[in-house]
Amino acid sequence: MQSAYGGRRTSMNIVVLVKQVPDTWAERKLKADDKTLDRASVDVVMNEIDEYAVEEALKLKEAAGGEASVTILTMGPDRAVETIRKALSMGADKAVHLSDEALAGSDAIQTSYAIAKVLDTLEYDLVICGSEATDSRMSVMAALLAERTGKPQLSGARKVTVDGGNVKIERQTDNGYDVVEAPLPAILSVVEKINEPRYPSFKGIMAAKSKPLTTLTTADAGIEADKVGLANAPSQVVEFSNKPPRQAGQIVKDEGDGGAKVADFLASQKII
Amino acid sequence: MLDTRLSEEQEQLRKTVEAFAREVVAPVAAHHDATKTFPYDVVRQMGQMGLFGLPFPEQYGGMGGDYFALCLALEELGRVDQSVAITLEAGVSLGAMPVFRFGTEEQKQEWLPMLCSGEALGAFGLTEAGGGSDAGATRTTAKLDGGQWVINGSKAFITNSGTDITKLVTVTAVTGERSDSRKEISSILVPVPAKGFTAEPSYNKVGWHASDTHPLSFDDVRVPEENLLGVRGRGYANFLHILDEGRIAISALSTGAAQGCVDESVKYAKQREAFGKPIGQNQAIAFKIAEMEARAHVARCTYYDAAARMLVGQPFKKHAAIAKLVSSNAAMDNARDATQIHGGYGFMNEYPVARHYRDSKILEIGEGTSEVQKMLIARELGL
Ligand SMILES: Cc1cc2nc3c(=O)[nH]c(=O)nc-3n(C[C@H](O)[C@H](O)[C@H](O)COP(=O)(O)OP(=O)(O)OC[C@H]3O[C@@H](n4cnc5c(N)ncnc54)[C@H](O)[C@@H]3O)c2cc1C
Repeated sequence: MQSAYGGRRTSMNIVVLVKQVPDTWAERKLKADDKTLDRASVDVVMNEIDEYAVEEALKLKEAAGGEASVTILTMGPDRAVETIRKALSMGADKAVHLSDEALAGSDAIQTSYAIAKVLDTLEYDLVICGSEATDSRMSVMAALLAERTGKPQLSGARKVTVDGGNVKIERQTDNGYDVVEAPLPAILSVVEKINEPRYPSFKGIMAAKSKPLTTLTTADAGIEADKVGLANAPSQVVEFSNKPPRQAGQIVKDEGDGGAKVADFLASQKII
Repeated sequence: MLDTRLSEEQEQLRKTVEAFAREVVAPVAAHHDATKTFPYDVVRQMGQMGLFGLPFPEQYGGMGGDYFALCLALEELGRVDQSVAITLEAGVSLGAMPVFRFGTEEQKQEWLPMLCSGEALGAFGLTEAGGGSDAGATRTTAKLDGGQWVINGSKAFITNSGTDITKLVTVTAVTGERSDSRKEISSILVPVPAKGFTAEPSYNKVGWHASDTHPLSFDDVRVPEENLLGVRGRGYANFLHILDEGRIAISALSTGAAQGCVDESVKYAKQREAFGKPIGQNQAIAFKIAEMEARAHVARCTYYDAAARMLVGQPFKKHAAIAKLVSSNAAMDNARDATQIHGGYGFMNEYPVARHYRDSKILEIGEGTSEVQKMLIARELGL
C-alpha cells in the first residue's frame, strides 16, 4: 500500500495495545497496604476489549493482503507474557513487553507517558487499543496517547477501514454513529461491536512460541524512572471501602394491586 | 514419564477450548438437546479453530498437534456438551484417522484437508444390527465388478453419517473368504451422497440428542476399486487399531463429563439452601462431591497415561481399555450423584446435570462396552 508519509512502503505497521487484567469472572480487591489492585491473588486474562483490538488489527492485515505487520505492546509485570502469547497465538507477528518494577502502581497519565516512549522506538501507521480496561475503567488511553504523540485520535470505533494514507471509522454514539476520518499515523480505540475475536488455533499457539518478543526496561525505552510508579503518581487512591454485601430484595405481595406497587417501586428508584 | 502436568502450549490449548466451550457451546447446548438438532454453527466454528485437524500434520491441512492435544479438547468440550464432543471425536478418530493411518497418499490428499477443516465430516461404519461387540460378525458385503466395489448390506448406530456436511462413510465389509475359511473383511471409502446409499431417519436416543446417528443401508452402492482403504483383508485388524486409539479419546470425553458434573455440583451446593444453609455445608453433600472430584481426577490420569504410552510408541492396548472402563464409569457415577445433589431440578431436562445423566450411559457402551474393555484387560493378563 501507499505509505502515510508519501514514500513507497510495502507494509503497514499496526501496534495493538494489550493489557493483562484480573479475570472479570473473579472477585477483584484492592490491597490494604498500597491501595492498588491485588493482581497476585486472582486469575489474569487479556482485557476483553483488547481481544477485539487484536482481531481488528488482524482483519486489517488480511484486508491488506497480508502486507502489514501487527505488533503487540504490553506494559505489565513478568506474568503479562501469558497474555502477550495469547495475542501472538491469535496471529499477531511480534510483541514488545515493557516490564519494570519501577512502573508498578503507575496511573493512567504515567502509563500513557511510558507507552508513548515505547511508541517512539517503533515505526507505526496505526495504534489500536480497546476503549477501556475492565480493571481501572478510565477509558482515557487513546486520548492521552494522541496528546502525547501529537497524532489524531479516533475513538469508539465500531468499524474501521484503511484506504491509502487515511483511516476512516464509524464512531459508536448513543443514537447511531458518526463517520470520522484522519490521516495516518493515528491512534484508534475500538468498541465490542466492531468484530468477533477469533479463538487461537493450535497452530497459532505453537507458532507463538517462536515469534519475536522484545522485553524492555524503563531505561531501554528512555523512560525517566522518577516520572513513573506509585510514589510519583499524580493521582493517588487515598481511601477505599468494599462494596457493602447485597441487601435482601424487597418482596411485593400481590393483593390485587401488585402491578401498581411494582410501578411505584420502579418510580422511587427513578427507573421509570 | 513422571509428570502429568501440561506444557505451556497444552495448557493454552486447554484454556482456549475451555473458553470456547463456555462462550459458544454451553449457551446453545440445551436448545440443541431439546430440539434434537445438529449444531452446525458450533461445528463450523470448531473447524475454524482447527479442532478437527488437531492430530494431523500441516501438509494435510492439520494443526500439527498430536492425539493428546485432541484429547485435551475433547475433555473440555465434554464438560459442557457431550454431543458436541462426540461429533469431534467421531469426526477425527473414526472419520479422518483411518484415512491418515491406512490411506494411500492420494486418499490422504483427497480427504484429509476437507475433514481437517471441519467443513466436511467423515463417519465410520462398523457396527451392524446383528452385532457391535462381535464386529467380526460383519454381514455387509463388497464384491469387485468391472473395477468397482459393489456394496450391499446395512450398518447400525453410525455417528456423523447423515448430516448436511457428511462427505465420507468408511465401511467394513466382507470382501471374500480367507484360506482358513474365515471371512475376509476390508475397509472401503464411500463418498456420499452415493447412488444406493441411504442414511435412514435418526434414532430416537436417550441422550446425545445433538449428535447425528443413523442406520445406513447400502443397495448396490458402487465405488472405484481404488477406494479400498489399506490392505485387502486387513479391515478387521485396522479398525481394532483405530478403536484402541479411539478409547483414549472416549476416555478424555468421559473425563470431561465427570468433571462437568463436579463443576455443576459445586456451584449448586454453594447456592442452594435448605434448612437455613447452603446444602454444600452438609458433609453428606460435600463428601459426595469430593468423591466425584476424585473419580474425575483418576479418570484423567488414566487417559493421560494411555495417551503418553501411545505417543512414545509403547504398547497401550491394556491402558486404553483401563482408561475407557474407568472414565466411563466415573462419568456415569458422577452424573448420578450430580443429579441427586440437584434434587428435583436435576430431573429437569434443561439442567446440564440432567443432560449428563442421559448422555453418560452411552459412554459405557459405545466404542466397546465396559464388558469388552474387561475382556481386553483380562486377555492382556493371559486369562
Ligand atoms: C449413540 C451411538 C453411537 C454409535 N456410533 C457408532 C459409530 O459411529 N460407528 C460404529 O461402528 N458403531 C457405533 N455405535 C455402535 C456401538 O459401538 C455398539 O452399540 C457397541 O459396540 C455395542 O454393540 P451392540 O450394540 O451390538 O451390543 P452387543 O454386542 O449385542 O452387546 C450386548 C451386551 O452384551 C455384552 N457382551 C457382548 N459380548 C460379550 C462377551 N463376549 N462377554 C460378556 N459380555 C458380552 C455387551 O457388553 C453388552 O452389554 C454407536 C452406538 C450408539 C448407541
